[in-house]
Amino acid sequence: MTAPAVSRTWTGAIRARAVRELPPEQMLPDRQPVYVASWIYVFGVLTLAAFLVVLVSGGVLALKGPQWWHRSSTGHFVNSLHLWSVELFMAFMVIHLWGKFFMAAWRGRRAMTWVTGAVCFLGSIGTAFTGYLVQSNLDSQWISTQAKDGLNAAGIGAFFNVLDFGQMLMWHIVLLPLVVGFVVCIHIVQVRRRGVVPPMEIDPRDAIPEEVTS
Amino acid sequence: MTAETQKWAGRTREYDLVKEFVIALLVVSVLTVALAALFSSPDEKQITISTWSRHAPNDFVLTAATELDGTSGTATYGAPYTHTADAAQKIGPVSLQHIAGVTHPVDTVTDFVITPLTGVPADSALTTALGQWQGAGTSQRQRWASSYDDALAKVTDNDPAKVPPGDYGPVPVMLNRLLTMAQSGGLDGALLAQKQFFATDYTKPLLFIADGSYLEDRARAQHLGGDQWGMMNETGNYPGQAWLWLYTFWYQVKPFSTSPNADALVWGLMALLSLALVLVPFIPGVRSIPRWVPVHRLIWRDYYRGMRPPDGYLSASDVARPVQVSRRPIGGQVHDDDAGADAGRDREHDDGEAAGASGYGGRSV
Amino acid sequence: MSLLPHGVTDVMLASGGAPIDLNHPGHYVHWGVIQISVANLIVIAVMIVLFALAIFLPFPKGRGRR
Ligand code: HEM
Repeated sequence: MTAPAVSRTWTGAIRARAVRELPPEQMLPDRQPVYVASWIYVFGVLTLAAFLVVLVSGGVLALKGPQWWHRSSTGHFVNSLHLWSVELFMAFMVIHLWGKFFMAAWRGRRAMTWVTGAVCFLGSIGTAFTGYLVQSNLDSQWISTQAKDGLNAAGIGAFFNVLDFGQMLMWHIVLLPLVVGFVVCIHIVQVRRRGVVPPMEIDPRDAIPEEVTS
Repeated sequence: MTAETQKWAGRTREYDLVKEFVIALLVVSVLTVALAALFSSPDEKQITISTWSRHAPNDFVLTAATELDGTSGTATYGAPYTHTADAAQKIGPVSLQHIAGVTHPVDTVTDFVITPLTGVPADSALTTALGQWQGAGTSQRQRWASSYDDALAKVTDNDPAKVPPGDYGPVPVMLNRLLTMAQSGGLDGALLAQKQFFATDYTKPLLFIADGSYLEDRARAQHLGGDQWGMMNETGNYPGQAWLWLYTFWYQVKPFSTSPNADALVWGLMALLSLALVLVPFIPGVRSIPRWVPVHRLIWRDYYRGMRPPDGYLSASDVARPVQVSRRPIGGQVHDDDAGADAGRDREHDDGEAAGASGYGGRSV
Repeated sequence: MSLLPHGVTDVMLASGGAPIDLNHPGHYVHWGVIQISVANLIVIAVMIVLFALAIFLPFPKGRGRR
């Protein structure tokens, strides 16, 4: 294998590494193995699309501040968009998870893809939960006063105070979306780098990915 | 070569990922708008201490009495609010709640009753009552507060007007003025203002409200109670956090449903199970389930249907043994730290069964 | 109960005139230890149906096999 020309600059080193690790034809391929032929493959992309709709509708709510949607019918509609996109996001994600589980899609050095996906799932649950806390309505009053017991019992409540609206708002609209967004990026880059997992027993005419050498 | 260069060298076909994404985005956007337009979203109005004390004044006064005699939920909570001994939940001998410490100290007597009342202007009866309270010793205060709390708890509807005369000291006057203050909305502000002008931390008013039964009554009416699987539910007829089903489930069954350490135990268990979900590719047995459940046969049915032994003389089980063509070094140290390699090993174990189920074995060439 | 009219008026505001108003008291299914709202049940059922459809429906045959 030819070693890429070593650059002495940090910039050059990063570029060389990026090109080596993330070659464009692998990041955005226009062909897929023949076995990629099922509607189940669509749910990853549907999850991603729903995530974007969640981010955009949440972004509009953020633009106008947390009180807006209680007073304005436009605001209420945007809140509805946010809520329903979250329901879609979670539903698509769980179907995606079921699919990937039954395909054992962690095979062939794809364990990190599963791990990052599962972290996305847990992170999204946390993000949704803090979302319910910052609705500033009866629901969030009840959820926060109930959830505090679980978090306190686990020692988390000492520094993650669900009764502190300001703190929860920051977690919901800044910290958790950043974390989930970042992990989603790793997840998807990981999928592209490894290529779509092959069926469990493959046609001997097709080379086995593990064995393909360049 | 590195693992990153592994590429499918078999048959391929055109697949437009970007177009797929754009269509997905359109579909999800349209669906979202349709659902939002059709169903809107819930927004059950928050309660305040003011609405609580106006709609359920007796519940408010009774709750305030428990704040004053130190028997309320908050007063006896333990970490992170109070130093109450033995209140913290444990997992076995370990109490993370205790270790994490009292980071949001709340003194229900001072914070919920006395400090707010000292802000009430020009009320001579109250000034006298507060003076009497401040001048008394701790045990005297406790006796007054406890006997008033007990008396309130006994009378019909916990109605302060029906409490028989007794040695309650200044307590009835104090709680009566606290009620007035609460009904006027003053207490909502006072509990926040104990901190500063700009307030975003509702710890104290929420704890106070949650000590009463008004909030809980409202929540239970919406089927939000913990023993009603309420964590999954939303107000009204809206879907809620259905993904919390497992977390919610544990609270409904023994030993959790009857344990004083339920929260700690359920959280511990869910932490373990979440870790297990993340680590599924590494857990023997669990990671083999998809081999035993033939859903993958359906997903890849087109592919399996097109499969054929390459040469007539190979038997089906030979074909299903991809490891045959493996050029993995003997000793198999390659990727041994990786789940992928384990999957390969599983494949060896499952050969016979896999070939039997695969469907292509019977096809002659 | 005094709580009800209070809640109901808030809810009228909240529904914002949606064609299908879900701000009515919810419906729940009790099944032994299991209690679930009909809304959640529908969501879960739709997910299972989508999963089944994704698995059983034929995927359009792509062009350009190589
Ligand atoms: C924010 C949430 C998520 C997003 C946006 C997302 C997105 C995607 C996308 C676009 C793909 C490629 C297309 C496909 O195969 O469907 C993919 C693949 C994959 N996802 Fe996710 N995913 C998410 C959550 C999850 C979860 C919760 C899991 C499982 C715990 C998971 C496991 C996987 C695996 C193993 C693959 C690789 C499939 C393969 O190699 O064939 N993902 N994901």
